[in-house]
Amino acid sequence: MIETIHARLHRFLRRTLTRPRIDLPLALGLFALATVGLITLYSAGGDNMNLVGGQAGRFVLGGVLLLLISRIPPSTLRSWTPWLYVGSTALLVVVAILGEGRGANRWLNLGVMRFQPSELLKLTMPMMVAWYLHPRQLPPSWKDMAVVGLLIAIPAALIAKQPDLGTALLVTAAGAFALFLSGMAWWRIGLLIGAVGGMIPVGWHFLHQYQRDRVLTLLNPESDPLGNGWHIIQSQIAVGSGGMFGKGWQHSTQSRLDFLPEHTTDFIFAVFSEEFGLIGVIGIMLLYAFIIGRCLWIAMEARDTYSRLLAGAIGMSFFVYVFVNGGMVAGMLPVVGVPMPMISYGGTSAVSLLVGFGVLMSIHANRKMHD
Amino acid sequence: MRIRRSIKDTRGESALFRRRALAGFVLILIGLCVLVGRFQFLQVTRHSEFAIRSTNNSVKPRVIPPARGLIYDRNGVLLADNVPAFRLDVIPDKINDMPALLTELGMVVPLGQDDLDAFRKQLQQSRRFDSVPLKMRLTEDEIDRFAVNRWRFPGVDVVPYLTRRYPLGALFAHVVGYVSRIDADDLDRLDPVRYKGTSHVGRTGIERSYEDVLHGTPGYELDEVNADGRIQQVLETHAPIPGRNLYLSIDARIQKATEAAFDGRPGAAVAIDPRNGQVLAMVSVPTFDPNLFVNGISQADYTGLTNDPAKPLVNRALKGVYPPGSTVKPLLALGGLEYGVRRPGDTVLSTGQFCLPGHGGSNSTGRGGCYRDDTRGGDGTVNMVRAIEKSTNTYFYKLALDLGIDRLSAWMSRFSFGGKTGIDLLGESEGVLPSREWKAKHSKFGWFPGETVIAGIGQGYWAVTPLQLGHAVATLAGHGVPYQPRLVMATKAVAEAQPQPLANPPTGPSLISKASDWDVINEGMRAVITGGTGKGLNDGFPYLIAGKSGTAERFSRTSQAYNTNKNLAYLAARHRAWFEAYTPADDPQIAAAVVLEAGAWGAQDAGPIVRKIFDAWVVFAKGGPPPVDVPLPKPAAPPGNQAAPDEAAPAEDVPANASSSDPASASSSDDGATP
Repeated sequence: MIETIHARLHRFLRRTLTRPRIDLPLALGLFALATVGLITLYSAGGDNMNLVGGQAGRFVLGGVLLLLISRIPPSTLRSWTPWLYVGSTALLVVVAILGEGRGANRWLNLGVMRFQPSELLKLTMPMMVAWYLHPRQLPPSWKDMAVVGLLIAIPAALIAKQPDLGTALLVTAAGAFALFLSGMAWWRIGLLIGAVGGMIPVGWHFLHQYQRDRVLTLLNPESDPLGNGWHIIQSQIAVGSGGMFGKGWQHSTQSRLDFLPEHTTDFIFAVFSEEFGLIGVIGIMLLYAFIIGRCLWIAMEARDTYSRLLAGAIGMSFFVYVFVNGGMVAGMLPVVGVPMPMISYGGTSAVSLLVGFGVLMSIHANRKMHD
Repeated sequence: MRIRRSIKDTRGESALFRRRALAGFVLILIGLCVLVGRFQFLQVTRHSEFAIRSTNNSVKPRVIPPARGLIYDRNGVLLADNVPAFRLDVIPDKINDMPALLTELGMVVPLGQDDLDAFRKQLQQSRRFDSVPLKMRLTEDEIDRFAVNRWRFPGVDVVPYLTRRYPLGALFAHVVGYVSRIDADDLDRLDPVRYKGTSHVGRTGIERSYEDVLHGTPGYELDEVNADGRIQQVLETHAPIPGRNLYLSIDARIQKATEAAFDGRPGAAVAIDPRNGQVLAMVSVPTFDPNLFVNGISQADYTGLTNDPAKPLVNRALKGVYPPGSTVKPLLALGGLEYGVRRPGDTVLSTGQFCLPGHGGSNSTGRGGCYRDDTRGGDGTVNMVRAIEKSTNTYFYKLALDLGIDRLSAWMSRFSFGGKTGIDLLGESEGVLPSREWKAKHSKFGWFPGETVIAGIGQGYWAVTPLQLGHAVATLAGHGVPYQPRLVMATKAVAEAQPQPLANPPTGPSLISKASDWDVINEGMRAVITGGTGKGLNDGFPYLIAGKSGTAERFSRTSQAYNTNKNLAYLAARHRAWFEAYTPADDPQIAAAVVLEAGAWGAQDAGPIVRKIFDAWVVFAKGGPPPVDVPLPKPAAPPGNQAAPDEAAPAEDVPANASSSDPASASSSDDGATP
């Protein structure tokens, strides 16, 4: 018995490496992005090879996970989905009760490492919405939409309460995209957006004072020279001074002279923009658009509703990262902790992104045969 | 028109999805275009402006943390001070190999294990660009040695800061509390902008409850820096607003005398001015040195304090709960009068045993339904005044039963028993006020009449803090006018000439509706001092004292038999000794409650402590003759305010002001009213 499990595991791992079931265009896109990320990080970190090494290590770990997950058929993922969703939501509850972290209760200490359970929801959320809609008549009925709304709201509220608005936004978006792709009628979408818009004044009431300050600071950055206002001003100077062609790699004065805070994490895209200019920005936006487009292509080719919705939602939520981080760096959106995918230096986000792409690879490998 | 079918239309769904995915992709492209448009606006349209700002960018803001407000006693004796010190800060972002740095740095400046532990913990919790303190309170020698080696350690700096010092140390450890290093939990609740550059936060006592007032607002300066980040010149300075100074209503000398009176025996005392709720002394014995906590207490010291069986870290006055015993009797008697259940002249025959109607007889020996008097054979026929004087249990058993538990607990709750007094300290215990509601929450049984009976003598479920009892006796002494106890009576900004008194209006109308009711209770408590358990306490004291002792049992009695063991050590192990009192009885100006955790008898053991508090009060607040044996802290106020013992401090709301002319003369008119 043990022999057979061992043998099967061995076969699984060997096939993972010898016959990887990946989509080459998507893999190349990700590889290009990771390369740009590491190059930018080297410069943003002040030519610090340790940072680059650490980040490369995470990419390797994420890549291995990607390959492993790409071998798991979507039908298996689907059967695990409710458990993964319930498990990750339960972890959120645990964190809410005994979490630890700077400024927010979002970390769970596992002894060897600390991680944010909210990171898991970025994947388990669209999985759960897709799982729920999979056997149902689409477009979804009012009842199904209400259930999906609840599935999204519970973990999102737990994450927002940590308080981690950035991740709550990403998780909500991932679930909402699955619903959008399921064919929810446009007029219903309009109604929902209108309702959410109407709720903004109410939601404002529930924000922490520091979160409100972040939004207000956006309108008048000079009012807050010690906090986010400074971030916004310095980030815009970095971006703007980059001009059309940029100052060149390793020539970001804003980051090198320490004017730009968080210049390897949340604000690394400001360093990129300063060094590579508008041309670089357009180039990387095209790369992002290509990756998202490829994800949606894979989704269209997918075999069943679950795979379609999941692949589409993962691809589309990738856009939210780019838009929110880019908007923040350009002084267009308030400062929330959303990283620039594959470029920002940072713990779990790079790994969890690649895990998500592993799911896409699996969906691609099990696409429907053309008829 | 769409036709709904019961089975899934896979082909239709696929087409629907295709349309949706395309629509989504178009929306995303639009979104990315908006983003690129914004970058185009910054990088092309406004490029020249930002390019200039980037080249000229040589100004960095630097936060200047505010100086924390100082804390004084009512006469200007300094209780919490700021002293300049230096610490070693590390900016993690600039360090490539942290373990190696710590090893090398350790050879230049000795780093203790406690420093390293605290540093590693804070390192995990802070951002890489924020400097993390490594070692607090550097010695001159350490500063010099680091200065010589500084070039070896980029990213490490010696930073000046203000550290807290408590000149009177242990005397105010429980009241003033202490500050300590900001930790992860604090970061959750503190405003990151207000606390930028601040390393310490109020942890306990006044330091904690008045954190907002004491902290102040940080300022900043705009520094011109060169390419290495070194400051070339300061362009602009926006000065921080220091925190407000606090003036406690406590007189450090009365506090000192109170602590000395305990002679190290565990217990607590609270003295309150019944006219305004101001706390005049609050002591918990044993105590500890708060200075140990300011820069991170060593593990050995901390273990020593937490493992000490006497629990010196616990503020017993605020958090210790004890059965109040007979000290509740005057309050219960007052309740009897107020509810019209008793008239002062109503008498009760005390035979040494009281049995619930329908239970036992005079010869009953079992526990069922019968309750003892303290004196074998009883006190005979007693009226209210005599019942208070003799502490006659039978009188109060019967009174409690006639009032009923609901009226009893309703009345007592008005004195804050079973709830918070509202003092300006955090972490008050609520104790237990026996009531049906309380029991329903904590037991599956209903309320038994026998529990009403023992509630009448402060036993059973009763548990009160010394603060609650002090507050209750102060409210009684103040003719029932309820004030929340207050430790801080005024605050003063550095720029202000005069301290601003904090208003503390009564929380409601008097609890006593008939003035004559108060007179009866006062007479009873006077009788305690003239002929009851407190006999002799008034000897040689210039004012009339009224009081009541209480001796509560720590363990439940296992038999009805009278305990014949009169060994004081044995009794002390079994009893909590209480004494509550106020003076002058004709115009109460100070009320106090004292508990000794191991006292044999309330009046004998706790009574003298109350008397010593009153003695000190007479000397320092009323200008009486100087004390004989108590060494007192010297007021550290500037010249002009050297309040000599015969120049009494004001008893009014306004604290002595350091710069104004002698304030004592203004209030001396109400002095010297010796009976």
